[in-house]
Amino acid sequence: MFEDVRDLYNATIIERGRRPRHMRRLDDFDVTAKGDNPMCGDRVQVWVKYAADSTIAATGFDARGCEISKAAADLMVEAVAGHTAEDTKRLFAAFLTLAQTGQCPDCAEALAPMQPLAAVHEYPSRVKCATLPWHALLAALDDKGNASSE
Amino acid sequence: MNDLPRHTELDIAAIRAQFPILAQKIRGKDLVFLDSAASAQKPRAVIDAMVGAMETQYANIHRGLHWMSERTTDAYEATRDSAARLLNAADRHEIVFVRNTTEAINLVAHSYGRGILKPGQAVVISAMEHHSNIVPWQMLRDAHGTELRIAPITDAGELDIPAYEALFADGKVGLVAITHMSNVLGSYTPAERIVQIAHANGAKILLDGSQAIVHRRIDVQALDADFYVFTGHKLYGPTGIGVLYGKRELLEAMPPWMGGGDMISSVSYERSTWAQVPHKFEAGTPAILEGIGLNAAIQWIEAIGYDAIAAHEAALTDHGLARLSAIEGLTVIGRAQDRGGVISFTLDRAHAHDIATLLDRAGIAVRAGHHCAEPLMRRLGLESTARASFGIYTTPAEIDVLADTLLKVREFFQ
Repeated sequence: MFEDVRDLYNATIIERGRRPRHMRRLDDFDVTAKGDNPMCGDRVQVWVKYAADSTIAATGFDARGCEISKAAADLMVEAVAGHTAEDTKRLFAAFLTLAQTGQCPDCAEALAPMQPLAAVHEYPSRVKCATLPWHALLAALDDKGNASSE
Repeated sequence: MNDLPRHTELDIAAIRAQFPILAQKIRGKDLVFLDSAASAQKPRAVIDAMVGAMETQYANIHRGLHWMSERTTDAYEATRDSAARLLNAADRHEIVFVRNTTEAINLVAHSYGRGILKPGQAVVISAMEHHSNIVPWQMLRDAHGTELRIAPITDAGELDIPAYEALFADGKVGLVAITHMSNVLGSYTPAERIVQIAHANGAKILLDGSQAIVHRRIDVQALDADFYVFTGHKLYGPTGIGVLYGKRELLEAMPPWMGGGDMISSVSYERSTWAQVPHKFEAGTPAILEGIGLNAAIQWIEAIGYDAIAAHEAALTDHGLARLSAIEGLTVIGRAQDRGGVISFTLDRAHAHDIATLLDRAGIAVRAGHHCAEPLMRRLGLESTARASFGIYTTPAEIDVLADTLLKVREFFQ
């Protein structure tokens, strides 16, 4: 049973959802923001530390939510490492296309870590779980403080 | 209606046959619809009433001087009689049509709240309210200077009656607004008792019957409720139509809420005068077809009878609690003595959203999240739960499918 959900609940998503590698608060950070999905109750906070050249040196997060949102946050940390804020916004636009359609014609190699979430487009009500940490990250990069995936 | 013989046992197969949607397959599997507390499915009688009105007797109401308008007005106004009968209201003028429960509560918060309550008076709600019975009172507090007090619940998910009673000690409480049945915990509140306590302390009371009226016979006169509100779409009727019951003398004392056509007696640029209740609160063209559909739903419920409905759902709830509680790692949230067909639960290995997605793949529809009751979730120390809720068409076999599938969900996430 449930073999048909293995496209979304694949080994990577289960492992990252269960045992995220980057779920930690950064004590030394430059910007932070919270993300909130008011319709389902998922919450995430993201902390970012910039390098001297304004690229992202470190990202940490704390998430309360489903496997999809935690795995998405964990993979996102790897996808954005070393990128500038502008690059990160482009990455999110590409990920949004991937999450909504399953296709990503102009996906940069940098987005490869997010590929395990490609099947989320088959689960429309779960797309917001996968994008919530990105909304929080972009709010942090814009120093906005809060974001919502609704 | 009360003198007619009632069924004591439901013929579930015959009832299910009246719901066309239950024949649908979801990804090749039988639909197991366990989300009726969010919105119930519609029987053929409701569907036919609405389609029939559009095909044979539709026009705007209350103003036309032609055959179609008169017939449509009669059909729409017949719903007011049915709603009065359903609630055992003393007077059909005590039935105000609104869009839904949310609008009914907002109407009372705006009109009774700003028009009758004085700044400094308090409104009491409980710790297990839907957002629709929290936010209007916060808005009233911020706009009008009333206080908002929260009656706590016990760990079992029941209203804490001594703590509720203590909220009245300073004599400031002017209005109580409390659910008659929690949409998360399934707990009934002891309506007669909380009404008595409110009245003994000089306060009026609104009961949110969104959930309760689906499962239990409501008698607003026996309860002595000042306001009772419910929505049509949870009662097997259409969306977009709900009912505010209010005692006539209260409705008459309250100022109108929205202005427009239908709610006036006369209009000039200098001043307008208001129509009598309930029309004073019914500005604009109403939800005509939905009102006609609600009448069909009420008559359909009455034909089956609340005794049979309550017996069926009590048996389902007992079965559901027994089957779900037997699952290792599953926690049923709320253990009220008096409860209806709503079971919220958590599973140790899976988040509620992941549970819901997997159940959906098996054709089972449940709700997952905070159920529009965030403060209750915080009280319970939870972010979210999964919720199975039962309707008149739910079968014990469907609950078995849920329980068997949850065992496999747990295996999946081990």
